[in-house]
Amino acid sequence: MSIASQLPALQIVVPLLVAPLTVLLRGSGLAWAAATAASAMAFAIAVALTLTALDGATISYDMGGWPAPYGIELRLDAFSALLLLLTTGASTLSLLGARDSIAELMGESREPLFYAAWLVALAGLCGIAITGDAFNVFVFMEISSLATYVLIAAGPDRRALTAAFKYLIMGTVGATFYLIGVGLVYMMTGTLNFADMEARLAEVDEVRPIVVAAGFITIGLALKAAIFPLHVWLPNAYSSAPNLVTVFIAACSTKVALYVLLRFDFFVFHGNLVGHAFQFSSFLAPLAVLGILVGSAVAVVESNVKRLLAYSSVAQLGYILLGASFGDLAGMTAAITLMFNHGLAKGALFMAIAALAMHTRGHTLADLSGAARQMPWTAAALVIAGASLIGIPGTAGFISKWLLLQAALQQGPLGVVAAVAVVAGSLAALAYVWRIIEPLYFGTAEGSTAGGSTAVYTATPPLLLLALWLAAGANVYFGLIPAVPVSLSELAAAELLGHLR
Amino acid sequence: MTPTLAIGLSLLLPALGAFAIAAADSRPNLRETITVLVALALAATVATLLPGVMAGERPELYLGELLPGISIAFKVEPLGMLYACLASGLWIVNSIYSIGYMRGNSEKHQTRFYVCFAIALAAVMGIAFAENLVTLFLFYEILTLSTYPLVAHKGDSNTIASARVYLGILLATSVGLLLPAIIWTYSVADTVSFVPGGILTGSLTGPGVGLLLALFVFGIGKAAVMPVHRWLPAAMVAPTPVSALLHAVAVVKAGVFTVTKVILYIFGTGLLAQEPSSNWLIFASAFTILAASIVALRQQNLKRMLAYSTIGQLSYVIMAAAVLTPLAKIGASIHMVAHAFGKITLFFAAGAIYTASKKTELNQLRGIGTQMPWTMAAFTIGALSMIGVPPTGGFVSKWFILAGAFQSDNYVAIFTIIVSTALNAAYFLPIIFAAWFAKPDPQLKSHGEAPTAIVVALSITALATLGFFFFNQPVLDLERALMDQ
Repeated sequence: MSIASQLPALQIVVPLLVAPLTVLLRGSGLAWAAATAASAMAFAIAVALTLTALDGATISYDMGGWPAPYGIELRLDAFSALLLLLTTGASTLSLLGARDSIAELMGESREPLFYAAWLVALAGLCGIAITGDAFNVFVFMEISSLATYVLIAAGPDRRALTAAFKYLIMGTVGATFYLIGVGLVYMMTGTLNFADMEARLAEVDEVRPIVVAAGFITIGLALKAAIFPLHVWLPNAYSSAPNLVTVFIAACSTKVALYVLLRFDFFVFHGNLVGHAFQFSSFLAPLAVLGILVGSAVAVVESNVKRLLAYSSVAQLGYILLGASFGDLAGMTAAITLMFNHGLAKGALFMAIAALAMHTRGHTLADLSGAARQMPWTAAALVIAGASLIGIPGTAGFISKWLLLQAALQQGPLGVVAAVAVVAGSLAALAYVWRIIEPLYFGTAEGSTAGGSTAVYTATPPLLLLALWLAAGANVYFGLIPAVPVSLSELAAAELLGHLR
Repeated sequence: MTPTLAIGLSLLLPALGAFAIAAADSRPNLRETITVLVALALAATVATLLPGVMAGERPELYLGELLPGISIAFKVEPLGMLYACLASGLWIVNSIYSIGYMRGNSEKHQTRFYVCFAIALAAVMGIAFAENLVTLFLFYEILTLSTYPLVAHKGDSNTIASARVYLGILLATSVGLLLPAIIWTYSVADTVSFVPGGILTGSLTGPGVGLLLALFVFGIGKAAVMPVHRWLPAAMVAPTPVSALLHAVAVVKAGVFTVTKVILYIFGTGLLAQEPSSNWLIFASAFTILAASIVALRQQNLKRMLAYSTIGQLSYVIMAAAVLTPLAKIGASIHMVAHAFGKITLFFAAGAIYTASKKTELNQLRGIGTQMPWTMAAFTIGALSMIGVPPTGGFVSKWFILAGAFQSDNYVAIFTIIVSTALNAAYFLPIIFAAWFAKPDPQLKSHGEAPTAIVVALSITALATLGFFFFNQPVLDLERALMDQ
């Protein structure tokens, strides 16, 4: 059996096995190197898998040789390939830049444990993206969440502990809801495999438990995905976590939850529940619009940069959900492209903030004053990522905004309302990105209020700068040559909605 | 050189020039030599395209597909050819002027200035040659972003506040109105290409036409139709070469050029003539012309007055395009040229006065003509062109716009042109009179003429303003193709 056919399993196994080994690696930088290498290998595997998924092929892999639906099936299609690409890419880039700031934050003795937790989180997220089994999703969700709580709690001050605790409570509630829903579906169908579930649901006569299950699953995952108004844990978690952890989780963790939400609602339920499409849209579309408006409005007035970007994420998740709630091919394609492109933009932005924060200490807008003079490259990358968040042409954000607006305009009068909300959100993005950029370039350093400590500028770690520019470069690359994410999204949307035909 | 290569080069030359200028940071003489050389090379490259386009060819360059049905592509047509010639030709003169101005005023960050200028010119070429709305939009935004550092050049709090207005209005209108307009166009017409005669005929009727037109006209903030004009006076905090080339020629012409292109190649004059819902554009542009002239009357600062004059003159182009008759279309394109020559001369003169004497206000200009005869002679020519007095270029374009308005008996346009001519005279003639004939304040020390590079540049553009009155046939030949649509 060739190694290539084992790639779906290796996608999870590599980070999961390297994690305990990392704990044993004492000595400066060793644990970091091992974690980065494992993550880079996971990224390489994701790229290899994406190449096959681009043809529209679906790879099915039976864990332990047990055939589906009895055994656990790993199932790779375009949607999961896109998520794997995003997750492993974000993890690799943020690990690449993480060495110095994490070494400073954790100290040499706790460093290996931190990187082990990181790899476990990565393995969990990859597992969610690639598994074809509903209960397996729950297991991986718990694995990744528990590890993420650890990563967030490693934040520089004590607020990180309350943030991690809030996230833990909310995350556990969400996961429990999900499990209740899966249990109900299992009760009615006797299977946990997504594809099998979808087929067997058609034969279920009594649909009320399924409707209840759909409710539990949607709410539980909406909590995990921080969909407005269940987003309250997110700004705290993002702003208190270590900067590079924020990069990692902001780029992919909520998207992975959304991925499961879309997979369940569209792949499993959509064709089987009468009126599900209408319920899904009429319930989630207003929440999405509210999320866009409220998230944007808070971001416009927020003065802590990380919280500002976190509220922007709430708005951006609204865009994704809005696209999905249109329930047609164009909307779903837009939503999935947005997942990817927003991950790129927000990851690069948080990475730039991480680089800046190594010198400015504080995270308020005033702390960034004038930093561009000492750190022109970091500031320039931040401008590019900000442009992508706004949707300036030439960046990835433009592509997704174009697709979303185009999908909205196909929806008739209500679509115009949605389009207006999207445009309003873009204008707000312009305002809050500008609130970061202007002090960065034109502020005077006297404006700094970093707890009395004056900002000391030393060179940014070259690896962090490299990771940042790779991320910023990806925003431009996928803005000018968007074929890969867009065609993956189209395939994924067709797969999700294939049952409607 | 094949035409396709020439299109690619005209985009690449200024972009690569920007890198070369940045690399020559520590050697000012080399840096400015590169700027002038790149400007010359660009103008020469653009000029190679001219004979073919005049002969009816439409060379194309295809770069790649962005999304299904939407590509990054370029195609040269007469209007874009004219705009590219104008911008690249005046960039040479402006570069010479910049050297005199930036050195004469010992400005800081000169490398950043020349780099951003080169990027802006690359964006202008992209706008001029864009084959479709999305390509145009891409370069439109690059132009906004690359000119921002030029506007904020001085870096003090007042400048930054103005620059924020500049960027805020231009980006907000383009993201908030222009982008939805483009997507709307795409969703009804299934294409965003510029096609002679328009792409919307048959797919959009009724009030939607007027609404889409409004999204376009106000979304293209660079055209400065009121009420989205405030960025232009705000941009006057920039160094004068920026105001001269960008905010009298390249950026503002990008606005009216885009509006004209949208009217001719997206809507098509046929569709707009049928749809009463699009009639508002005549009134909006007429209002802008008159209101801007009245505001200009009340200005005390020379550059701000010129900015309001520009706002009015830009709406001449839009009104001419909205009149929709063949002669008015010619008038619209010629007015872009005539106004460019005249207004760049006026800004050059304003910068010359500032460099020589640090004067910026109108009431300080009494008797300055005796000290700076060359500058004020050029200023006079530029001002006469704004009013439309022969023998200047402004007369020619006004003639065509008026003739076009009479073709369709458009009395709103005719009335606006007559009244605005009187208003233009009312705010330009007193300045000219005071500059030449009033007695200067005897306590002021004499300062003499501006640096040679500046005087050379403004003399060239003043001559061009005069010359356009006599030698406008090539432009007419180039734009004749517009009449047939």
